[in-house]
Amino acid sequence: MHIVVCIKQVPDSAQIRVHPVTNTIMRQGVPTIINPYDLFSLEEALRLRDAFGGKVTVLTMGPPMAEDSLRKALGIGADDAVLLTDRFFAGSDTLATSFALATAIQKIMETEPVDMVFAGKQTIDGDTAQVGPGICCRLGMQQLTYVQKVESVDPAKREIVVHRRSEGGVQVLKTSLPCMITMLEGTNQIRYGTMDDMFRAARADVRVWSAAAAGIEDMTRCGLRGSPTVVKKVFAPKARAQKARPVDGEGAEALAAAAIEAIFASQPKLESDLLKQSAGY
Amino acid sequence: MTEKFDAIVVGAGPSGNAAAYTMAKAGLKVLQIERGEYPGSKNVQGAILYADALEKIIPDFREDAPLERHIIEQRLWMLDDQSYMGTHYRSDKFNEERPNRYTIIRAQIDKWFSKKVKEAGALVICETTVTDLLKDAAGKVIGVRTDRENGDIFADVVVLCDGVNSLLAQRAGFRAELKPEHVALAVKEMHFLPRDVIDERFNVKGEEGVVIEIAGTVTSGMVGTAFIYTNGESLAVGIGCLVSDFKKTGETPYALLERFKNHPSIAPLLKGSEVKEYAAHLIPEGGYKAIPKVYGDGWMICGDAGQFVNALHREGSNMAMTTGRLAAETVMALKEAGKPMTDANLAAYRRSLEESFVIKDLKKYKDLPEFLHKNTQFFSDYPNLLSKAAETWFRVDGIDKKTKEGQMVRGFVKARGWRGLLGDAVKLARAWR
Repeated sequence: MHIVVCIKQVPDSAQIRVHPVTNTIMRQGVPTIINPYDLFSLEEALRLRDAFGGKVTVLTMGPPMAEDSLRKALGIGADDAVLLTDRFFAGSDTLATSFALATAIQKIMETEPVDMVFAGKQTIDGDTAQVGPGICCRLGMQQLTYVQKVESVDPAKREIVVHRRSEGGVQVLKTSLPCMITMLEGTNQIRYGTMDDMFRAARADVRVWSAAAAGIEDMTRCGLRGSPTVVKKVFAPKARAQKARPVDGEGAEALAAAAIEAIFASQPKLESDLLKQSAGY
Repeated sequence: MTEKFDAIVVGAGPSGNAAAYTMAKAGLKVLQIERGEYPGSKNVQGAILYADALEKIIPDFREDAPLERHIIEQRLWMLDDQSYMGTHYRSDKFNEERPNRYTIIRAQIDKWFSKKVKEAGALVICETTVTDLLKDAAGKVIGVRTDRENGDIFADVVVLCDGVNSLLAQRAGFRAELKPEHVALAVKEMHFLPRDVIDERFNVKGEEGVVIEIAGTVTSGMVGTAFIYTNGESLAVGIGCLVSDFKKTGETPYALLERFKNHPSIAPLLKGSEVKEYAAHLIPEGGYKAIPKVYGDGWMICGDAGQFVNALHREGSNMAMTTGRLAAETVMALKEAGKPMTDANLAAYRRSLEESFVIKDLKKYKDLPEFLHKNTQFFSDYPNLLSKAAETWFRVDGIDKKTKEGQMVRGFVKARGWRGLLGDAVKLARAWR
């Protein structure tokens, strides 16, 4: 089984700041991480590989430094890595990004057939959740988003059964391979690679592909030119005006009581909801 | 894991990077293990880079290292609650082609240094913790155990550059636990300001920078100092005191830092800044007497792990890089001669330390840590007395100068006594020598 996992290197959103004047994200000096949602997909892919054999290829598009995130994925246990990097890709929106990634996956398929593609549910910097489905659509694969469990895979019959979270319930879906899956967060825990994985990752040759090497001919579909999305306005939400205020009381219990009283005073609905709940409504 | 290395370096701070780089550059097979997510992620420093120590390792580091500003002005301030009294030294000579000192951001320079280490050919593994040293039946260190599966790795020598706590050296029994009076706890904040505001406020231009080292009542009588360093677009603002003093006084580091920032002489320098980072770190300040044995069968200790910090001169990372380099050179010489990494052979590392400024400087101030610990008047009485004296001297109020002189002298005598003043002078001179 050959699984391609698409990952993205993103700024650690816990550590970014918004420029007070231009409202753009200040990326300078902010550490980068693998998009956290991608890790649930990577782990699921590694589990399937461990169960059925085969290999996991990680794929990303980004600046040359995105190689770090691929190397990190190799250290976690992925087998192979491809970096898609080219100045033509600069300024890509989700349409152009999914085009480039889908073309690269087709290129990978020329030498090794791909049974599944995993992607993160969404990224923490863009939050669109469009790239995974976009890739899927272009490759004509079955689309399985928000998956919370891979129930079974039958490599012989080329069938897969998954549990998919949907509004108001869980869908149990059976479909054929190849398919594209995005995993829901919290469904598994990313593994800690072995020392062998770490050595392999440190020494691996990450394949670096330009747009041409990935088989992209139509450059007008890449980067800024291939991106119809226009950002009209960016704004930072205002900090809430509510100020913290101290509560008085002697001893822990009195302090807690005072705190609860102050909370209820400002959130009357909370009190009535809790009362209803405790009354068993 | 069956793979064997010439050397394993534990840690990717200044000493670890210096050791790994030097050995890898010489063609040795080097593995460096860092527990942080990337080299520098766990490292905290003020930070000043002393060019000389790095130049001896990477002569052309200025070409691509991330440097903030070179220092053209050094200020030493003595603070009491309302005032400061200080000396400034500023010289255009520091605007030289190869400046002597720079402000830097530790995490960035470590990342850069680590890239050099990789380019030199060392294998660098991050996010991996060395949990133990592997020893043979005779007690010789033969490798490390990590927290990863299949994580035992072997080498001829293990260089411990794992920082001030060096839990590894402690666990292996190479070093005792840190004593509270031998270690300072320092906290610092990064205050962001536009470049031109910093230039104007500190009277500099271009890449020029200023260092302010501060002592006085701001540490509430505890042994410690504060600092302000100018980076490109930020100020590093910090304060640190001995852990034993924090324990004794019940003061908290952040309260101390708040008080420092609100001092009438400090607040205007920080006005309008945005605080982005808050960091804390331990600094080994026990000096010469706190240095443990730094070598043995199959192992060496460098940098903070070996307590190589000159607290008075605020030198640490240069000593770390120098000890790392000297340890590496010791290994290289033994390899070259085909000699094993035994206790007796690695003693050459200690000898080269003795010949360098590292041990010479630390030896010079060997009595200072204990002296300051026992004579906290230098952090309480004297700042107040000096400030009072200066105020008396500069205030023009119709009182004749002779009377003023008398007031100033009486102030000192009243607080410390003739005998006390003389004793303080003699003791200070002795500890300094």
